[in-house]
Amino acid sequence: MGKISLIIQREYLTRVKKKSFLVLSLLGPLLIAGMMMLVIWMGMAENENQKLIVVDDLNPAFAMLKSKSTRNVKFVYTDMSLDSAKAKLLESDFTGVLYLPKNILNAKAAQLFFKKHPSSFVLRSIEKKVEGIVESLNLVQFGIDREDFYKVKSTVTLHPVLFSKSGEEEDLSKEKAYVGFAFGLVIYMFIFLYGVQVMRGVIEEKTSRIVEIIISSVKPFQLMMGKIVGVALVGLTQIAIWVALTFGIMAIGQSVIYESNFGVDKVAEQMTPEMAKKVEAANAFNTKALIDEDNIIFMINWPIMIGWFLFFFLGGYLLYSALFAAIGSAVDSETDTQQFMLPVTMPLVFAYVMSVFIIENPEGPAAFWLSIVPLTSPIVMMVRVAMGNVPIWEMLLSSVLLIAAFVFTVWLSGRIYRTGILMYGKKVSYREIWKWLWY
Amino acid sequence: MAEEIFRSENITKRYANHLALDNVSITVDKQSVFGLLGPNGAGKTSLIRIINQIMAPDSGTAYFNGEPLCPEHICRIGYLPEERGLYKKMKVGEQALYLAQLKGLKKSVALERLKEWFIKFEIEAWWDKKVEELSKGMQQKIQFIITVLHEPELLIFDEPFSGFDPINTELIKNEILALKENGATIIFSTHNMESVEELCDHIALIDNSKKILDGKLKDIRSSHKSNTYNIGFRGDFAALKKGLNGHELIEEGQDEGLNKAKIKLADGIRLNTLLQAIIPHVEVEFCTEQIPSIRDIFIEEVNKNKGR
Repeated sequence: MGKISLIIQREYLTRVKKKSFLVLSLLGPLLIAGMMMLVIWMGMAENENQKLIVVDDLNPAFAMLKSKSTRNVKFVYTDMSLDSAKAKLLESDFTGVLYLPKNILNAKAAQLFFKKHPSSFVLRSIEKKVEGIVESLNLVQFGIDREDFYKVKSTVTLHPVLFSKSGEEEDLSKEKAYVGFAFGLVIYMFIFLYGVQVMRGVIEEKTSRIVEIIISSVKPFQLMMGKIVGVALVGLTQIAIWVALTFGIMAIGQSVIYESNFGVDKVAEQMTPEMAKKVEAANAFNTKALIDEDNIIFMINWPIMIGWFLFFFLGGYLLYSALFAAIGSAVDSETDTQQFMLPVTMPLVFAYVMSVFIIENPEGPAAFWLSIVPLTSPIVMMVRVAMGNVPIWEMLLSSVLLIAAFVFTVWLSGRIYRTGILMYGKKVSYREIWKWLWY
Repeated sequence: MAEEIFRSENITKRYANHLALDNVSITVDKQSVFGLLGPNGAGKTSLIRIINQIMAPDSGTAYFNGEPLCPEHICRIGYLPEERGLYKKMKVGEQALYLAQLKGLKKSVALERLKEWFIKFEIEAWWDKKVEELSKGMQQKIQFIITVLHEPELLIFDEPFSGFDPINTELIKNEILALKENGATIIFSTHNMESVEELCDHIALIDNSKKILDGKLKDIRSSHKSNTYNIGFRGDFAALKKGLNGHELIEEGQDEGLNKAKIKLADGIRLNTLLQAIIPHVEVEFCTEQIPSIRDIFIEEVNKNKGR
C-alpha cells in the first residue's frame, strides 16, 4: 500500500505542477463562461439591418407596414411592379423585396427576395407583422368583430403535471434532464481527457524505458492502479477548480447581462395591440421559465445528484482509463494507438450522442438499456438521475454492473498491461493481445 | 563450498510460441561476480526477470538465501536493466528519491545516501536538472546510483557499461568490485567479453534457452586449454620442423626479429618433451601456454550447441 501511495503521489504532483494544468484550470471556466455569455449575447443583440422594398399587389392594403418599421427592419412602401423592384434591389442598398401577392388574404403566403439570407429571427418578425395585417384585413372582410375573434382563436398549452403519492408537482423533467445532460457531458469530457492522460503516461514510461526499473520494485498492477488513481485525483482537483471559478465568473457575468436586458421593453411600444399581447405573453412565459429555472436549482436533489455524479464519474473513469492503460501498454508510440482506440471510444461517443435523444424520451427502452449497460451508463444515467424517479432497483442494477465492469476491465487491462509494457518494437495485433491474457 | 545467495532449480519459461528457458539451474555464490552469458535472445533476460520477480517461471523454483523467492526479497535485490531510462521531464534528485523510496528506503535515508553518491561521482550540480538535459552517459550514472542505493545483497547488472566512455567504464567497474568487497553479490550479463574476464569469478552460458556451460571462470578456461603453446625462437622454421616429431604447427609468424610458432602438442605429450626435441635445432627465447579467451570459448560452445 505504501508503494501505491508513492506512485499516486508522483502521478498527481507531476501533473498538477505542470503549467498546462494551471492554464487549463484557469482557461477552462473562462472558456465555458465566455461561451455561455456569447450565446446569450448573440441571441439578444440582433445586429442585422434590413431595408425592404414592399411590393403590394393589393395596393394600398399594406401601407401601414411602413409604420411598423423598427430599428432593424425598415419597410419602404412603393407602387413599383415586382420586376422593377427586383431590378432596383440589385443596384441599391436595399436588402430585400417583400412581395405581397393579390391573393394573399386567401393564400396567406408572401414572398421575400433577398440578397443575403436574413436570420430566422428577422424572418419570423417580418412574418408576424404581415400576419397581423392579414388578420386585421380578413376580420374586416368577413365582418368579424375583433373581440369575438380573440374569444374564438385558441392556442392550447399543455402543462404536464407529475402526479404521485406525494401529491402533485409541476413537471420540469425536461429542464432537469438538461441539467443531468450537463453532468453527463462533464463525465464524458473527463473520461476522454484523463483516460488519454493515463494512456500517455503508460506510453511515456514504456518509451523512456523506465518501466522495467519500476516493476523490479513494484508489481505492474500497482503501477497501473497508482497511475489511474493519481490521474483521477488530478481530474477531481480540476473539476473542483472549474466549478469554483465558473460560478464566480458566471455571477459577475450575470449581473452584467441583466442590466443590459432592461432595454428590451422599448421595442414593445411600437407594436400593435395584439402583437403587444403576444409579446407580453411571451415575456410572461420567459419570466416564468426563469423562475422555473430558479426552482430547478431547488428541485434537484443536489446531495443525491452530486453523490451519483461522483460515483458514475469514478466508475466510468476507472472502467475506461483501465482500457486506455491497456492500450498504452500495447503500443510503442501514440501514433500506433488508433486501431485500439476506436473500439474503446465508440461506446463513449455513442453514449454521449444517445443522451441527447434521451432527453426527449427519458423513460423509453433506449434510456433504460443504455443506463444499465456499464459502458454507457455513466453518461446516460446522469440524465435520468437528474430527473429523479429512477426506480431503486434500476439504480442498484446499474451501479452493481458498473462496479463489476470496472473490476473486470481493471483485471483484464492488468493482464494485458503486465505483458505489454515489456514488449518493445513490436507491432501488436488483437490476436497477440488475446494471447497475453492467458500467459 | 561457499554459501549461496541465489539458486534456480530446473526453471522453465514458455511464451506463447517459444521456449525461453528450458530446465535452467544455476547457483550463485555469495560475494562473487557471476557472469551470465549468451547470444541475443538466448533467454538471459527472461532468467533475470524471473530473479526480479517481474515474471514467474512456468515450472521450477528459485531460491534467495535458501528461501523460495517471494516479494519481500525484492528490496534486497538491485536491478539495472539493459533497456533502461528515466522520466525525462522529472528532476534528477526528485526522481532518484522516488525510485529509492519505491525500493523501500525511507525518504531521509535515501536523501542522505543520494547526497553521498552525488558527491562521490561529482555530480551534485545535476540534482535540480531535468533528466532530458543530461547526456546518455550521465543518465547511466544516475541509473547506476539508483540501482545500488538501497544496498542490496544481490545486484543484477545487464550491460552496465553501454553508453559509457572508457573513463567512466573504469569508474563503474571499480565501483562494482568495491560492492563485491563490501559483501554484495553481482550477477553480470554482458556481451563485452573482456570485462567478463576482468570481473567474473563464475560464468554460465545460456544458448537457445538451455544452459550449456557453467563453472568457475578459471576452471572453464583451463578445461578449454588445447595443449597449445606459443614459442618464440631464433633459427628458421625448417630447423624447427626437424624437431617437431609430429606435433602440429598451427601458425607461423615473425615479430621483432623473432620467429614465433604456435604448436599443438599431441595428446598426453608434455611441454618438456617438446622443448627437449626442439632445443637442439633452434634457440628458444620464450614459451607460453595458449590460454583460450572467453570470447573463443563462447563462440566455440555456441557453435557446438548449434550442431546438437
